Amino acid sequence: MVGFRYEFRLSGSGGQGLILAGKILAEAAAIYDDKNATQSQSYGPEARGGSSRSEVIISDKEIDYPKAVNIDLLLCFTQEACDKYCKDIKENGILLVDSNYVTNIPKGKFKVYCLPITEIAEKEAGKTLVANIVALGIIVELTRIISKEAVASAILSRVPKGTEELNLKAFNIGYDRAKTLK
Amino acid sequence: MQRINKKDIKLMTGNEACAEAAIVAGMRFFAGYPITPSSEIAEILSCRLPREGGVFIQMEDELGSMATIIGASLAGMKSMTATSGPGFSLMQENIGYASMTEIPCVIVDVQRGGPSTGLPTLPSQADVMQSRWGTHGDHPIIVVAPSTVRETFDWTIKAFNLAERFRVPVIVLLDEIIGHINEKIIFPKKEEIVIIERERTKENPKTYLPYQCVDTDIPLFADFGAGYRYNVTGLCHDETGFPTNDPEKIDALYRRLNRKIERYTDEIIEFKTVSLDDAEICIVAYGSSARSAYRAIRRAREMGIKAGIFQIFTIWPFPYEELTKISQHVKNFIVPEMNLGQIAHEVSCATGCDVIKVNRVDGGLITPDEIFERIKYVSV
Repeated sequence: MVGFRYEFRLSGSGGQGLILAGKILAEAAAIYDDKNATQSQSYGPEARGGSSRSEVIISDKEIDYPKAVNIDLLLCFTQEACDKYCKDIKENGILLVDSNYVTNIPKGKFKVYCLPITEIAEKEAGKTLVANIVALGIIVELTRIISKEAVASAILSRVPKGTEELNLKAFNIGYDRAKTLK
Repeated sequence: MQRINKKDIKLMTGNEACAEAAIVAGMRFFAGYPITPSSEIAEILSCRLPREGGVFIQMEDELGSMATIIGASLAGMKSMTATSGPGFSLMQENIGYASMTEIPCVIVDVQRGGPSTGLPTLPSQADVMQSRWGTHGDHPIIVVAPSTVRETFDWTIKAFNLAERFRVPVIVLLDEIIGHINEKIIFPKKEEIVIIERERTKENPKTYLPYQCVDTDIPLFADFGAGYRYNVTGLCHDETGFPTNDPEKIDALYRRLNRKIERYTDEIIEFKTVSLDDAEICIVAYGSSARSAYRAIRRAREMGIKAGIFQIFTIWPFPYEELTKISQHVKNFIVPEMNLGQIAHEVSCATGCDVIKVNRVDGGLITPDEIFERIKYVSV
């Protein structure tokens, strides 16, 4: 059967905007790119502080099982998340880490991309707050599963009024930076 | 493919879809008490209902919530509450009252692990039997169990239709997975949505009998406070609504109450079958476990194993006859559920087969692999 299923897990700690990033990714695919998408998150006491996990599944078919078990792309904003989840990446999958927080890179049969995402957000976009959106830009270029335009539209519909320009700038910075990685 | 307006596509959770669907169905009265993982339904409706000219009340507890929605419905409004296990337990007494007094209402139970406070943030499907038999006595009830966000939208509307049509409480059984997952939903067009209203009496208020045994077995409704004065009681009553100890009248009431569901099961029961025609193995699934089951049978088919699925949308009344029919050509039944085998027992009754159970009670969703392993085991 033809068809694809792509699994993302965005992990780090509460407050890093990973849930929002997951929703934007899923909305971009579902609403602007005519694909199917689900987004779920760790839901529990740990979501109030502590670790945070957001999973996105994108497919051109109906999405049945909604959890990520065979991850195509894992984003890690903390060392703890990286240590915990790297075993779930599938062969030839992608591990993307923020090198500002993750220094000990695990070994495995996956591609590793290290970028100082938070630093890029602060120095190039002007605010550490948009590190999640910088990461989205990187993810879009690295995976090429969702179109750049779709994600830009989804960002515009989700971010608070008055921050559109800042977020789009952050997104483009991440996108362009990822091009240099290949 | 038909062109779809982008405005009709959204990414939303099951809880959001449930709240939106209730408004589409015409629900304008919600009383509830917040509880994880159902709280978003109350939260959303507290914003949405006042704008729709409706009423939202946060009650002191779940006993009050259930009593209040019964009162609102008796006065003619479509009403609803939403809760989870512990709150659902507290509602049982008044659910019985709604069954006995034949007052339509919808109760959403977003299941979490139990008993007692159990697992507040994790999914479960262990309220299946409680939804059927949680309140005492032989009572009519309808329970529906969607498995996706779109199904949650559709079945919330259908829940109101069934409640209105048969004058019974209808329970929408969700679980934490469906309640909280963000999923793509393409809304149905307005003209595709069927909305049913309870049949109201045209009888003169002086001669109106609120619990008259009519041909349909479903008495005609009169909005309380609209000029019809009648008695409403949880006690066994006659056609006038007043208590009775006459054995003939008692018997007539109990039999009619249950018959009004039994005789319409063809109209009520809904299920979906996929690749069952030539199947040697049938998975009977409902709710979020059905999602894993679909993945498992696809893998099985890819390996040449003849497996199919029977997905139940209306758990109660249970589709005994339909499963009996299937058991004439399928002998292996697998039932995955996030409890210790509540529906497996019913499947066993219907099919006369030893049912293979796939159960998880650790707060995790059953994986496709866990079901697939059993399929492989059966197929050799």
